[in-house]
Amino acid sequence: MRSWMTSTMRLLVGSALGTIFGSALIAVDTITIVSSLPRTGSANAQTTSMVNGIKMALDEYQRTLTVGGTNYSLTYEDWDDASPERGAWDPAVEAANADKAIRNPDVMVYIGTYNSGAAKIAMPKLNQAGLAMISPANTWPGLTKPNVGEANEPTVYRPSGSINYFRVVPADDIQGAVGAAWAKELGAKRVFVLHDRELYGQGIAKMFQQNAEKLGLTVVGTEGIDGKSGNYKSLINKLRLARPDLVYFGGTTETGAGQLAKDMQSGGLTAKLMGPDAFYNSALINAAGNAALENRVFITFGGIPPEQQTGKGKAFVDAYRTVYKIEPEGYAIYAYECTKVALDAMVRAGKKDRAAILQALRETKNYDGALGKWSFDDNGDTTLALMSGNTVVNGAFSFVKLLGQ
Amino acid sequence: MTTTELIIQLLITGLANGLIIALIALGYTMVYGIIELINFAHGDVMMLGCFLALTIVGLCGGEQLSPWIALPLLFLTVPFFTAGLNWSVEKLAYKPIREAPKLTALVSAIGVSFVFINIGMFWGGLPMDVFGGGGSAASAKSFPDLFGWSNLLGEQSAVLLTPRDVMVAAVTIPLMIGLTFFINRTRMGTAMRAVAQNPTAAKLMGIDVDRVIGLTFIIGGALAGVASVITALYTGSIHFQMGYRNGMDAFTAAVLGGIGNLPGAVLGALLIGLVRAVMEGYVPNGGQWSNTVVFALLILVLVFRPNGILGSRVREKV
Repeated sequence: MRSWMTSTMRLLVGSALGTIFGSALIAVDTITIVSSLPRTGSANAQTTSMVNGIKMALDEYQRTLTVGGTNYSLTYEDWDDASPERGAWDPAVEAANADKAIRNPDVMVYIGTYNSGAAKIAMPKLNQAGLAMISPANTWPGLTKPNVGEANEPTVYRPSGSINYFRVVPADDIQGAVGAAWAKELGAKRVFVLHDRELYGQGIAKMFQQNAEKLGLTVVGTEGIDGKSGNYKSLINKLRLARPDLVYFGGTTETGAGQLAKDMQSGGLTAKLMGPDAFYNSALINAAGNAALENRVFITFGGIPPEQQTGKGKAFVDAYRTVYKIEPEGYAIYAYECTKVALDAMVRAGKKDRAAILQALRETKNYDGALGKWSFDDNGDTTLALMSGNTVVNGAFSFVKLLGQ
Repeated sequence: MTTTELIIQLLITGLANGLIIALIALGYTMVYGIIELINFAHGDVMMLGCFLALTIVGLCGGEQLSPWIALPLLFLTVPFFTAGLNWSVEKLAYKPIREAPKLTALVSAIGVSFVFINIGMFWGGLPMDVFGGGGSAASAKSFPDLFGWSNLLGEQSAVLLTPRDVMVAAVTIPLMIGLTFFINRTRMGTAMRAVAQNPTAAKLMGIDVDRVIGLTFIIGGALAGVASVITALYTGSIHFQMGYRNGMDAFTAAVLGGIGNLPGAVLGALLIGLVRAVMEGYVPNGGQWSNTVVFALLILVLVFRPNGILGSRVREKV
């Protein structure tokens, strides 16, 4: 009698507990999205804006997602891939981030990186693990395209043999070409090409140079410079000797773009300064001041600037302004698009499964997003090729024209 | 541009950069001469001086500020601040461990350097217009152009000599002459040389060693303050990590010339300035090798003259 009572009670209590925990487990099942972007150093303002973009995408879904009839709560983790020692992205931190994402079974998408050099570290790891990676900002062509970068690119990033890396920005081969064409349009005949000796800067400088030569511009010199130098006054002397009418700098705001603009002005060099998308952040205006930039600096950017957006892009920019009371930086909309296309792929995959989501991303066709209607091609690149040309007026970026049409 | 013009141009840029390095190097070498400590925080004291200078300019109207008001204002306040800062560092971080092994003080200096770098980053994030509203604390900050861009040799001249280049020379050279006079001719200077030679004997002769050390840090800090104003005006931008790079150049200059030796530090700094000017301003693709050449030169000098260029000839330190 007594033993019967006990076992019945045990059964009751057990089933009650089972119900409680069971339902709790269903309620807390999550899909996690992580981003690995530089949070330490001068790229941080850009990163904050990109993270805001990601959060806005998630908030549009109220942070829940129905995948194959099951409700999941969406969680997001904002990881730093920079270290204080370097003041910029750090290979060791990026590698640790990739490993951490792989180990967490809830992580379905890895958004990053900002720097192409950092992508090189994370790509093979995530590829091996079959985890999707989408970058809002990497522009080094070799990450996805054969025959434009190093000889072993991009196969070295794909140890599993299939593609897991996608990007929503046009790569630098396109940017270099539109930059050179724009330089010619601006009346440049003699160009001096500088780069910061980093993967991104040197790569885009090379693309610019090749295209400039193809268009009949004279390249009067090329030079790798020290991105951490205190000033470039001596370098300006060399530039003056070569008498260029346009200087192209394959570099970033973190590697001396602002100081270069400043020293070109103080050194009496009237040549125009042209730079790639990594110039397109408020830190450049902070570093060089308006006088050194106004109608002197020309920036190609892989897409349309916030104030020129129309349709869904404009809706994003307006919403961003309302929520954060500040203008979005150039890459915010790309981070937003990354997140949106990832969520779209999860719904299409129909289950919380890395392989299924990856397959759905590969099949993304005619996605109608904030950047317009675009697809991922077989390399994982966006089919978008439209860029914009910008300058600085009155201490703010100012759109000049669309490029690459 | 003829060869002569080219040489003159390289000399102007090289000497201007060299003189700035020299001002910072003097602070390193004086402190080393007195207490044999490499004060790694010195470059960062100079960096904080730059941030104060920008803050003052920002509070007084930014670009609209006349240089005739700005210069006296900056040259009075910033060196005062950095001198006080350097003095406090000595009292708080070095004096309590003066009797400990040399390595302890060195680690302490590196710690102070990190603290200052972080203060600089925080400072750059203050919500002021000159800091870009504080939106990106870590980015470089433009320093308003108080001088204009005229060429003093006329707009047609191939050689460019700006008011900035003149200002660098006009401030640093008299300062160095004054410092030399102070060390060699005054009572306090004699006391400093005495402490440098032998602190114990100096103490026995009735010299207040603590006061002399404190004064050394004050002078070194004030020189760093002058260097910050000049650097900010000359390069036109400041950054929280600039102390490291400037400090490294200055330290190299001090070792090159013979650490502890004042004329040596100036000589080393001018040499570094000129080597960089030639590498960056003339040698094709030389910019990326300028550091290599500077440090190769340092190694070469140290192999043949382990005490630096002037280090062994002048036995007295300070």
